Amino acid sequence: MEKGFSPVGLRVLVVDDDPTWLKILEKMLKKCSYEVTTCGLARDALKLLRERKDGYDIVISDVNMPDMDGFKLLEHVGLELDLPVIMMSVDGETSRVMKGVQHGACDYLLKPIRMKELKIIWQHVLRKKLQEVRDIEGCYEGAADWITRNDEAHFLGGGEDVSFGKKRKDFDFEKKLLQDESDPSSSKKARVVWSFELHQKFVNAVNQIGCDHKAGPKKILDLMNVPWLTRENVASHLQKYRLYLSRLEKGKELKCYSGGAKNMDSSLKDAEVNSGHQSPGKSSYAFSGGNSLLHKATETDPNPLASASVSDPNTDVHMPPKAKKTRIGFDPPLSSSAFDSLLPWSDVPEALESKPPILYDNSFLQQQPLPSQSSYASNSAPSLMEEEMKPSYETPVGGTCVNTEFLMPQDKSPTVTLQDLDLSAPSAISCMKLQDFSLNVTNNTESILRSLNWELPESHHSGSLDTDLDLSWLQGERFLANTGLLQFQDYSSSPSLLSELPPHLWFGNERLPEPDEYSFMVDQGLFIS
Amino acid sequence: MLGLGVDRLQADINRLLTSLFHQGVLDEQFLQLQQLQDETSPNFVYDVINIYFDESEKLLRNLRLLLMDREFSDYKKIGLHLNQLVGSSSSIGARRVRNVCVAFRSASELSNRPGCLRGLEVVEHEYHYLKNMMHELFQLEQQRILAAGVRYPM
Repeated sequence: MEKGFSPVGLRVLVVDDDPTWLKILEKMLKKCSYEVTTCGLARDALKLLRERKDGYDIVISDVNMPDMDGFKLLEHVGLELDLPVIMMSVDGETSRVMKGVQHGACDYLLKPIRMKELKIIWQHVLRKKLQEVRDIEGCYEGAADWITRNDEAHFLGGGEDVSFGKKRKDFDFEKKLLQDESDPSSSKKARVVWSFELHQKFVNAVNQIGCDHKAGPKKILDLMNVPWLTRENVASHLQKYRLYLSRLEKGKELKCYSGGAKNMDSSLKDAEVNSGHQSPGKSSYAFSGGNSLLHKATETDPNPLASASVSDPNTDVHMPPKAKKTRIGFDPPLSSSAFDSLLPWSDVPEALESKPPILYDNSFLQQQPLPSQSSYASNSAPSLMEEEMKPSYETPVGGTCVNTEFLMPQDKSPTVTLQDLDLSAPSAISCMKLQDFSLNVTNNTESILRSLNWELPESHHSGSLDTDLDLSWLQGERFLANTGLLQFQDYSSSPSLLSELPPHLWFGNERLPEPDEYSFMVDQGLFIS
Repeated sequence: MLGLGVDRLQADINRLLTSLFHQGVLDEQFLQLQQLQDETSPNFVYDVINIYFDESEKLLRNLRLLLMDREFSDYKKIGLHLNQLVGSSSSIGARRVRNVCVAFRSASELSNRPGCLRGLEVVEHEYHYLKNMMHELFQLEQQRILAAGVRYPM
């Protein structure tokens, strides 16, 4: 975005032992209209942060510092304060970058740093806030449904009004309440986060065994040789993987995807996409263009798919992020090619533990790093990895045919049906809904921003954001924001059926169908009844 | 007549800069610095470069002390200092200094003492060349500002 939208007054803390860089970064950030505090030592930075817990919105830190390793600082900040942290270094070596990501960095910038990279850091802050909001919303939603089901209306009034301003600590308290109220017979399961490496091991094991119909969880588990992994974990993962594979088959036949994709191209910053793919560029090369670095790191070859997937994710339209107690229908599946380029593959379903069917406006849909969506994409991968680190995924016991249940409570149709239906709901629907979506996104973005007390630097008229605001990233934002919804773990009790969510629902097709859409979907035979 | 001197000085400045870019002494990061300079910080470039000089001279002094020591063996420390030098040189666009630091660093990684000594000499040489060029640039700039401020009575 040329004339970028940048929230004025974003409070940035810059930590770097190099005084030259400190001065330069300070100036650059001031030029972005941010409020800058500089610090030459990590321990001073921590002190500042702890003194004013809500004093900063984002931290940018160099990796190499004399008194404390930048990664350690990163951990502290992430754990104690839950602020987004961006790492910087002259060293762009892959392993360092991966380390940064593993420690929870939102992004990794390579020095010399450019202005345009600093201009977009606010996206990290917004994304984190949106995640928090979704957590709260989802929690309320789930709570409301739970109440409805259990006839305890006194617990939370309504549950639909969630103010964005709700503080985290309040939320935690409520969450705890919910936890206590939940089904006492539920047993807490160990969470398995399916990191990319783990998934690779899994895939290798499956391929080794050959035809995956013969591959049983036990065999795979043995081959994987991961001591802490259980057969159940593998079983549920295997089921999802099989679904994914079969979706892949069908997905390749559909032309609708490409048709839908083209509609979205215009909203993409193609230039950035391309540059991202060709050469990571000097700075933030770790993530710009989304997958390039990850690809290098993992030596896969997504390139042929990369460009396709670039536009694909955008074909998925999301419903407005309102808290709803509606059913989750199924969303037009993300193009399978997008899945391929998705690395790290983290299993979504944590959230699914919710008391069944309903809700969470798709929050549980894990968003995979979109290969790139303007500059935002560069942030999606890291955030995804960030999520990976939080124990969030809970594997339920054995997972047979659970997929259907999350759809409709009464729905008992077999998985297969679901898939078929799914694939017949091409992005055509997405395209149609795009208009609605954009408007809704606009409204929501604005309200979120207002609640964050950010001034929108350009005056905007009649409540709609300045056209300079590039909404395409926000769509991606929605995707990613929902990734955060991994906090649903506390939510539940019974081995969540929702954990067995089929893969196609993971990739950001977080559409909550509106009532009118239901009829449409029914007409199109998309409804499983 | 308004400052003919200004134009001449400006031309000299441009010529010097072009030459430095051409030689690879400076790179586009230096241009970024110039772009950051504005009314709120009219001496930004000058300030930053001076900070760079102070820091770099400290590092170079330390490096020399380390290497001159007969019982020297702490290559790791050399590496750390060099990383810092590389970092700050890249911040102002001092491309050549940065590059020779990287070469020096390779020698230190191999624990190659003579290689390190040579490396240090080259870095010192490049650094001083840069410093002289920067001084000249600042002088020209200062003269230009003065000249621009002069009003000749018509």
